[in-house]
Amino acid sequence: MSLAAQEEARAWEAAAQVPDPEVPCVTVADLGILRWVRVENGVCRVGVTPTYSGCPATLAIELAIETAILDAGIERVQIERVLSPAWTTDWISAEGRAKLREYGIAPPEEATGKGLKLFGETTVHCPRCGSTHTERLSEFGSTACKAQYRCKACAEPFDYFKCI
Amino acid sequence: MALYQAILELADDNLVLGHRVSEWCGHAPLLEEDLAMPNMALDLIGTARTLYDYAGKLEGKGQSEDDMAYLRDEREYRNCLLVERRNDDFAHTMLRQLYFAAFMKPFWDAAANSSDEVIRGVAGKAVKEMAYHIRHAGEWVIRLGDGTEESAARMKDAVQALAMYVDELFVSSAAAAEAEAAGILPKRADMRPAFDAVINHIFAEAMLTTPEVAYPQTGGRDGLHGEDLGHMLSVMQALYRAHPGASW
Repeated sequence: MSLAAQEEARAWEAAAQVPDPEVPCVTVADLGILRWVRVENGVCRVGVTPTYSGCPATLAIELAIETAILDAGIERVQIERVLSPAWTTDWISAEGRAKLREYGIAPPEEATGKGLKLFGETTVHCPRCGSTHTERLSEFGSTACKAQYRCKACAEPFDYFKCI
Repeated sequence: MALYQAILELADDNLVLGHRVSEWCGHAPLLEEDLAMPNMALDLIGTARTLYDYAGKLEGKGQSEDDMAYLRDEREYRNCLLVERRNDDFAHTMLRQLYFAAFMKPFWDAAANSSDEVIRGVAGKAVKEMAYHIRHAGEWVIRLGDGTEESAARMKDAVQALAMYVDELFVSSAAAAEAEAAGILPKRADMRPAFDAVINHIFAEAMLTTPEVAYPQTGGRDGLHGEDLGHMLSVMQALYRAHPGASW
């Protein structure tokens, strides 16, 4: 393995551990917003994709990733915001989805490739009991990426990670 | 320079509406709405930031996104008139949101095929956000329009007040037309069928009808604004102008 490849692996490992500041049960790698790490000419460049246009956590995430890589002993780090292609919830890994469910947040339900439904409801599974007998309380939750739901089977109120 | 101007128009639409929506923070009628409004404001302001950043680079005079948002006067703003209209009541706010999102959803959809990489990136994200802005505003328009006597009357008032600003959405400025010809932005006039489909669907359920507009209002793209924008900018820009260069 070349020196650059070793550094890339080390930087990726460090960056991948960074938790999302608003949904700390998952890491930036689980969410798929950590896109790539490249070491060229002694500079470690990192591609990061924001989830939502105005996600207030974007800066905090970039800073946390930079700090994590610096802490891993890599001296020159440059974070690049990658806008295209746009992030979708399809990029959340299977492990990320399992962690979300464990944490009490229902992961996004369907592949975005099917196109967005303008009207009509999505079926959302309760992260506690798995029932599909759930209702949406509000399209908007505690953060830009979540909606508020309630399970009519077990009465649990929960966050749903919106499918975009 | 034409592309700079065309991007600026888009950015101004998003920033001005984003600021308007953010004015509901702490004042919305329900807790859920108090979360929803800043959420949607963030979507719009986030889109505006990326576009300002890009416009600044195109212009090449070193203007930052803050310079463009905070240091331009009313006449230099190029937003359409719809987005600057004051919030008034919730019916007005939701209808304004519905009109804007019903236009921008197909616009960003088409912009996903832009020849410009930044526009493609912005579009990919914004199109999804506009889809749920339509859902959210549409549900309110239906709930209020087909609600109580009071809410229905307010919804009808909102339609009377705002319908005259709709046509401007479909008009391309000279700068926008250039960007459209270059395949960078989609043609505004082409959005009409998709816009009408959404509005007609929602209005039918909301017991509303689109009125005949005798005098459609335009002028925003030339910097000719209504009386509301100056007041909004005076609040939005006060801090930055009092403390030039201030940043978070």
